[in-house]
Amino acid sequence: MADIIMPRLSDTMEEGTIARWLKQPGDQVSRGEVIAEIDTDKATMDLEAYEDGVLERILVGEGSTAPIGQAIASLAGPGGTPAPAATVAQAPASAPAPAVSAPSAAPENPAASLGTSDRPVAPTSSPLSSPLARSLARRHGLEIANIVGSGPGGRIVRADVEAAIGDGRAAVAAMATPGPLATPSSGAERAGDDVEIVPLGNLRRRTAERLSISAQVPHFSLTSVVDAERLVAFRGEVNRGLDDSTKKISVTDLLVKACATVLRGNPEINSSWDGDKLLRYRRINIGLAVAVPDGLAVPVVHDADRKSVREISAESRALAERARQGKLSLNDIGGGTFTISNLGMFGIDQFTAVLNPPQAAILAVGAARSEPIVRDGAVVAGTTMKLTLSVDHRVLDGATAATFLAELCATLENPLRIVV
Amino acid sequence: MSELSYRQALHDTLREEMLRDESVFLIGEEIGVFEGSYKITAGLLAEFGPRRVRDTPICEEGFVGAAIGAAMLGLRPVVEIMTINFSLLAIDQIVNHAAKIHAMFGGQVSVPMVIRTPGGGGQQLGASHSQNIEVYYAHAPGLKVVTPATPADAKGLLRAAIRDDDPVLFVENLSLYNTKGEVPDETGRIEIGKAAVAKEGRDITVVAYSRAAVIALDVARRLEAEGISVEVIDLRSLRPLDRETVCASVRKTSRAVVLEDDWLSFGVGAEIAATIQEGAFDYLDAPVRRVAAAEVPLPYAKPLENAALPNADALIKVIREILDDTRYQR
Repeated sequence: MADIIMPRLSDTMEEGTIARWLKQPGDQVSRGEVIAEIDTDKATMDLEAYEDGVLERILVGEGSTAPIGQAIASLAGPGGTPAPAATVAQAPASAPAPAVSAPSAAPENPAASLGTSDRPVAPTSSPLSSPLARSLARRHGLEIANIVGSGPGGRIVRADVEAAIGDGRAAVAAMATPGPLATPSSGAERAGDDVEIVPLGNLRRRTAERLSISAQVPHFSLTSVVDAERLVAFRGEVNRGLDDSTKKISVTDLLVKACATVLRGNPEINSSWDGDKLLRYRRINIGLAVAVPDGLAVPVVHDADRKSVREISAESRALAERARQGKLSLNDIGGGTFTISNLGMFGIDQFTAVLNPPQAAILAVGAARSEPIVRDGAVVAGTTMKLTLSVDHRVLDGATAATFLAELCATLENPLRIVV
Repeated sequence: MSELSYRQALHDTLREEMLRDESVFLIGEEIGVFEGSYKITAGLLAEFGPRRVRDTPICEEGFVGAAIGAAMLGLRPVVEIMTINFSLLAIDQIVNHAAKIHAMFGGQVSVPMVIRTPGGGGQQLGASHSQNIEVYYAHAPGLKVVTPATPADAKGLLRAAIRDDDPVLFVENLSLYNTKGEVPDETGRIEIGKAAVAKEGRDITVVAYSRAAVIALDVARRLEAEGISVEVIDLRSLRPLDRETVCASVRKTSRAVVLEDDWLSFGVGAEIAATIQEGAFDYLDAPVRRVAAAEVPLPYAKPLENAALPNADALIKVIREILDDTRYQR
């Protein structure tokens, strides 16, 4: 018999949630066969069996979360007799949950059943935790409000705290979360007719955790206004005559290529802080922030400096589509070295993007707008676009970042430089 | 060490204590000529004579009162009430007199009396003859209430009860009389008020007593085969209650369920749950659960009687629920 463990499915993954078991105890599985779908912090991944056998027991039920390395199921050898799978962990939602508001154990109709005390049901409006979970969190200096519960009704149980201790995540989050937000009772007090409680999905939770970490990074931002007239015209020229609208290139596609080109000449931007050293990336992999239903995904165009705008365009389009469907692969999301967040299509003029750790810089792109500009000493109608670069100050200083941003602007203002 | 039935252990202990101490005598309905409804006193009338084995009329209040008087004057009566259901006829003598005399008379007199009485359902004896009402007595200060689950404990606790200077309600169980177990040959006593860790375990604590403790032990052994490590605490005594042993176990396992043959509401499980939250609150990873009898007068019909009494399956179900709720991993 072999344990099937929660695998590491992405480089930032700390735990995975079983989205679906495709095999049930007693089922034959063969090597390479997909046996479960696992939600990681980035995407929903397939879990394949590493060997032939019979799925004996499921140890982590659908909807439940396990840290990397923990056994989630056991596999008996081929033809092995599976044990009765009676202790399969149920997802919290599937618990037989009589709807009582108070922990009253007395059944309404006592004659109806054996005098077993009711399985207590957690009201969903307040974050719950077992006394043990609370005392354990206290002993380890963890903020209980930052731990996600997997017990009935989302109750935080010992296993959740131990998982948090294991990856140190809650400690980081505890530091990053301002006091008032961490008050566990705040949700309960406000819950009612006026407030809807929205449970956190995995992606939302991961997004929040990553950004909380990011908020601790000392950073600054720089803004430049680009004269985008030639860029817009260049894009129009490239797209002219393209009947197939799915092949048209976007401003973002040009930005990806422009950034990649300028990063090649400014490798210090393409790096990250690593505790006691800096990491300078030889590859230029540009992430694109994409809004998805439950959070934010950042698929990556790898080696953007070595791809044509057309290739970048096709790849970005496919990545964005997979992001919206939650079908991003590990390769799609891994290895980013620089990120672009473009809210221009929403009509935003200018904004500051939050760093995408561990990358040292992220570019926020506003809309291209018709504006009066001064050209050759005269005010004329022009098109401008505001770029804001957020920078990890541990890695980069103002002058270096400013040089990069100035070169980027110059490239965008002379768009042929993007492609040659 | 020898293997004895629970019944034989009780019989042997009564006989040994009567041989040891002239002041020990037996009193109750049909214990002499008929040798007891459950034959615990078989042969004792013949051996010790009617002065020390007293048959009584059907008058529980009368013979319990007589025993209290005898105890106050220096004898050590061992009363048999045919079943605990009939003790209700003597509850005034037990609760208002036996339990209180020592305190009300400033400690000048004691009531070194034992009332042996079997409880329990499952024998198709009907609602009024199948009860587990030991909790009525465990509620009363001044009494001791012991509930042995094994032949060894039956022997050790009965010996301790007879030698105790306070009134002791010694609760037997009809379904345990024929159970067998190893009984130490030496004449040791079991301290009244000390629970037993019937089986050590890591994952969950099952608290039980009397017949339920036997079920709990069986469940623990079955789950052991699955790799689930159940600790079984046999209370052995409801008053005094060994709260520390219970809490120490829960501090280790973080999970607890009580298996009890009495009714759920205001039952032994309620007291244990309160004890755990007072003594091990910060160690609990899940609410304390209880598995008890259905809150109905016990039905006579066999299928209904079975359905109303707690059993191993019900306990296993609740154990699994608690383990699931706390993301238990082997």
